Amino acid sequence: MLQQLVNGLFLGSVYALFALGYTLIFGVLDILNLAHQAVFMLGAFVALTLVLTLGVNVFVGLLVAMIVCGLLGILLDRVAFAPLRRRPDTHFSALISSIAMAIVFESIALQLYGARVSRFPVGSFPESAIQVGPVSVSAIQVTILVVSVALMVGLTFLINRTKLGLGVRAVAESPRAARLLGVDVEWVIAESFFISSALGGAAGVLFGLAFNSISPDMGHSIELKGLSVIVVGGMGSIPGAVVGGFALGLIEVLSVAITGQSSMRDAIAFACLFLMLIVRPTGLLGVRQARAG
Amino acid sequence: MISRRRVLVGGLATVLLAACGGAASPTAAPTTAPSKPPEKPTSAPAATPVSSAASPAATGAAAAATKPAAATAAATPAAGATSTGASATSTAATPAAKPAGSPAAATSAGGSAKIGAALSITKDAAVYGATQKNGIQLAQDELNEANAAGVKLDVLIEDDASDKTQGINVFNKFINQDKVLAIIGPTLSNTAQATDPIAQQAQVPVLGVSNTAGGITSIGNYIFRDSLTEAQVIPQTIKAVKTKLNIAKAAIIYGNDDAFTKAGYDEFKKALQANGIQITSEQTFAKGDKDFSAQLTQIKGTNPDAIVVSALAEEGTGILQQGRRLGIDPKVPFVGGNGLNSPAVIKNAGGAAEGTIVGAAWNAASPNPKSQDFIKKYTAKYNSAPDQFAAQAYAGMYILAEGIKRAGAPDRAKLRDALATIKDFDTVLGKFSFTADRDADHPAIIQIVKGDHFEVFA
Repeated sequence: MLQQLVNGLFLGSVYALFALGYTLIFGVLDILNLAHQAVFMLGAFVALTLVLTLGVNVFVGLLVAMIVCGLLGILLDRVAFAPLRRRPDTHFSALISSIAMAIVFESIALQLYGARVSRFPVGSFPESAIQVGPVSVSAIQVTILVVSVALMVGLTFLINRTKLGLGVRAVAESPRAARLLGVDVEWVIAESFFISSALGGAAGVLFGLAFNSISPDMGHSIELKGLSVIVVGGMGSIPGAVVGGFALGLIEVLSVAITGQSSMRDAIAFACLFLMLIVRPTGLLGVRQARAG
Repeated sequence: MISRRRVLVGGLATVLLAACGGAASPTAAPTTAPSKPPEKPTSAPAATPVSSAASPAATGAAAAATKPAAATAAATPAAGATSTGASATSTAATPAAKPAGSPAAATSAGGSAKIGAALSITKDAAVYGATQKNGIQLAQDELNEANAAGVKLDVLIEDDASDKTQGINVFNKFINQDKVLAIIGPTLSNTAQATDPIAQQAQVPVLGVSNTAGGITSIGNYIFRDSLTEAQVIPQTIKAVKTKLNIAKAAIIYGNDDAFTKAGYDEFKKALQANGIQITSEQTFAKGDKDFSAQLTQIKGTNPDAIVVSALAEEGTGILQQGRRLGIDPKVPFVGGNGLNSPAVIKNAGGAAEGTIVGAAWNAASPNPKSQDFIKKYTAKYNSAPDQFAAQAYAGMYILAEGIKRAGAPDRAKLRDALATIKDFDTVLGKFSFTADRDADHPAIIQIVKGDHFEVFA
């Protein structure tokens, strides 16, 4: 059972990292960025390409993938979201726009890499299993957990302790007021997209390493789970995304462990989503906020 | 003012709709688009050498073939291009599809015969489809060079994307548009269960070269297969494991959403019980699952002597890797069905594949001279070693060619009857016969993974 908890934590850390990007943009802009999963997938491919063609270490690949995805995020904002910001129906049109960008990204990946499943070459990462008491963990799992937690802590620090973070929080509360107070809103939005997409890309690389499976449609399975995480954890809340991510990972693993049926895995995850919407719509750590324009 | 909750619910609704639509379209759009253009050139040049007298009609056929909408228009030029004498085959010209019982030939005597190959080139079963394609094309070249069938074999290869629906589309195209003489494939038993009834109804012979689930040939008397079923191989596998490793208990993990893996599970369970091996745990997963840690942890907790895996290559690789990662003792072997029977699994799973036992219809170490020759030629042409799927596809082409030769004319009904007569025919799989139920009949080999290849275990 302890091993199952560890399995759940490990899975949860990837979900949490992915959801962080979602929740950041949702908090700042009130938009659901459905292209996030495509950035997730592209991050994995960028790292894979670097490792395959230049033979670099996976960590270098991770870093470069994060930067590339961050820039991709800014591009995403410029192309898909910025032109729609002035419109009265900005929330829905941005949603549709992000879906379109996701399809574009996925098609690009399909063109470049084909529909088959790609893998990191064997030996990119030590496969050894480490026994810690009754529990068995692998080097990859530990690394992913450490990297995810480090990024989460880094993000929290950024948001709460830096000037940039102050700007993000201000824009999240009210873009108009923030602008009046001298915050460069467009710059803050661009930075938010950079961070959000960089985190998404990192999640993609780690996911690809963990399950040794990278394909253009790998974003689909995690896309809906990410949505579930931010609803359960609280929309726009960063600690909420972390808590929600780990919670969902644990619930998923435990439900499979208890029922022995993998078919229930997604059903139970989404049942939690619906339950949360009914019982506590703001999520575990969300705060009911009246958004003031 | 739109509230956050409304945005979220709206977003969920849109995403779920997109996911449903996306689930259907990505299989249709990216796969048919890239697969269609390369096939047109193969049918066009094949049509022209058929009859010089009908060359304008032939180019008409080639042009019409590119317009799927002009199905009936394609029928008339096709009839003109194909039959010089036997104009009874203008059943091809009658738009109201009456191919049943009529000698709906795709060719003319002494000309060429069209064979449709429905393979999984993309998605889940792509690792099998890739080598099958190679095997078929190698065989096609050799057979045409030797004129073994009496007619030129024109193979049209289409991708079924490891998906039932796409498989149905491909079969319909082969039967109604290309008017093939026979179909080879599809790769997955799951697809075959949906597509073979269509061919049976249209009375088009189908030769499965990798279908190993039960209930395929029972679809009808036009359905054949050269791939040993799981029901034939698995009992031999478990017997060998019990005899050589003396295991007392085993756990099973299988995919419960695919006909092949489910059939494998049924056979493994029967075989384990027949050999008095206690089943300690049964776990399931779904196609596309990436995380098996929960199931494997449960299995590890019950301390089995062996773990039976009924999975396709992708999930199988994940299970092997994650199992070893969780610390399952290397002395506890994984025992797999046909899905693990691919060098791609060994390559992708790396060290985790060591010691895995898989029953097979073919192994590279087989001393059969035809097989050794095939390995040499395949490796020379494709720069990689063939696997069982390539061997069975290659043998399938040879069997079809033999059937066409025995039939005398490129006629679907005659081909069906000719195939049923094949006994002790020399192939790369050994002496091959069809059983009375049109299943494959030849001895199986049990293999074990050592290093980077399969070796004979028993």
